[in-house]
Amino acid sequence: MPLPYYVSPEQMMKDKAEYARKGIARGRSIVTLEYRDGILLVAENPSTLLHKVSEIYDRIAFAGVGKYNEFENLRIAGIRHADVKGYSYSRGDVTAKALANAYSQALGNIFTQDIKPFEVEVLVAEVGDADGGKSEIYHILYDGTIEDEHNYAAMGGQADEIRRFLKDHYHDGMGLDESLQLGVRALSVTQNKTLSERDLEVAVLDRTKERRKFRRIPAEALSQLLGTAK
Amino acid sequence: MNENHRPHPFDDTVNSSFVELLRRQSPHLLPGGSTPGTPDAPHGTTVLAMRYRDGVIMAGDRQATAGYQVASRRIEKIFKADDLSGVGIAGAAGPAMEMAKLFQTELEHYEKVEGDNLSLDGKANKLGQMIRMNLQAAMMGLAVVPIFAGFDEKAGVGRLFKYDITGGRYEERDYDAQGSGSKDARDSLKKLWKRDMSRDDAMRTALEALIDAADEDVGTGGPDFVRGIFPTVKTITRSGFGDVADDEIRRVCEAILSERTKTGNGS
Repeated sequence: MPLPYYVSPEQMMKDKAEYARKGIARGRSIVTLEYRDGILLVAENPSTLLHKVSEIYDRIAFAGVGKYNEFENLRIAGIRHADVKGYSYSRGDVTAKALANAYSQALGNIFTQDIKPFEVEVLVAEVGDADGGKSEIYHILYDGTIEDEHNYAAMGGQADEIRRFLKDHYHDGMGLDESLQLGVRALSVTQNKTLSERDLEVAVLDRTKERRKFRRIPAEALSQLLGTAK
Repeated sequence: MNENHRPHPFDDTVNSSFVELLRRQSPHLLPGGSTPGTPDAPHGTTVLAMRYRDGVIMAGDRQATAGYQVASRRIEKIFKADDLSGVGIAGAAGPAMEMAKLFQTELEHYEKVEGDNLSLDGKANKLGQMIRMNLQAAMMGLAVVPIFAGFDEKAGVGRLFKYDITGGRYEERDYDAQGSGSKDARDSLKKLWKRDMSRDDAMRTALEALIDAADEDVGTGGPDFVRGIFPTVKTITRSGFGDVADDEIRRVCEAILSERTKTGNGS
């Protein structure tokens, strides 16, 4: 029987990380911005049916980049986690922090134990209450690394450039239209073309809404907000 | 999150039912099971649903009784199931409210996982299955018999469904009532209900029926002007599930009672 040959753990992790990063870098990016009434999520996504941004619970949204089937799997797991918790305790007990930790554990385990790591990054956002509650944005990487972000976050292939752009241009208290325009400019920063409403998937966690804060912004409303309405 | 076995294609990723998820993960949270019968558990009394021009209207009194005692004067029996449907509960109040909550979560869970709403028939069937799960408890005196009503987007009309304790589902065309005062409410609706009523007429008819039920049935609570407790009325139309304000309900109740005082009608 041939012996399995030895690979050092260090080398194995490096190879896996490189593999995952390559997969993610091929995909399009997502930006998230806090604006006056909540949190805005903008994804470059020409499909109107296969979503990258979606609702998890009353105040919590999810966004994923990378391999669709993998982050879709994580999205459903997140909805399950949230619904079971909210049903057995109370709706207010479902938090983005617990969910982000669960994602971090799951991705960390997959990264170390499975042959193929997930080629995804996910983002969990929770909007604060109208009376001064703080919003939370968690960014979880393919290896389970978890970061909490403030004001804005970017992930996907061109995340570094986008982050740099947002650092220079982001400011507090923007309205929805202004923050959307900024988000779209950030996504276009590494490309030669400007993105139109057909290339975008946009949703918000709107704290002025009743119970379920998540709302998708359809293409017609988008072109108005972007100032390209005909 | 990470299932340890290798999933079969279509094994689990396509199941968007919250009830199935609970059955796998936390079966103790499901209704039914072997709850020992407690005959004095609070019971909800009368709920009704009827069609009108814009959709359906649902109404219920606010009283729960335990044996011959009033258990609560202000429980809510009409619950929003989702944007386009509602459940009115009668029977054992505890399990019924739990079932309404489970049903709400089920619909929302499906909507989030699938990115689309269940059809009205799909929702009605799902509720029937939940009532069937409760059969064992029902045999011990904790029966739950809801009314389900909603707006069918495809057909563009309001529709309503009644159930028996085994989960049997029956669609009613015009109106129905459930609970201890249901026979009196139905008798009243039989004479007062008309096709294509306006919202105001439908509301008045619903409240007439509930006042009749409270009049004849000891379990059903009438409008309580002393404490300011009035029946619940909800409307479900194309534009969603709507509350009717207490003030408006109070005014209609006052009008009905003063008319009855004046004419002797309904006494």
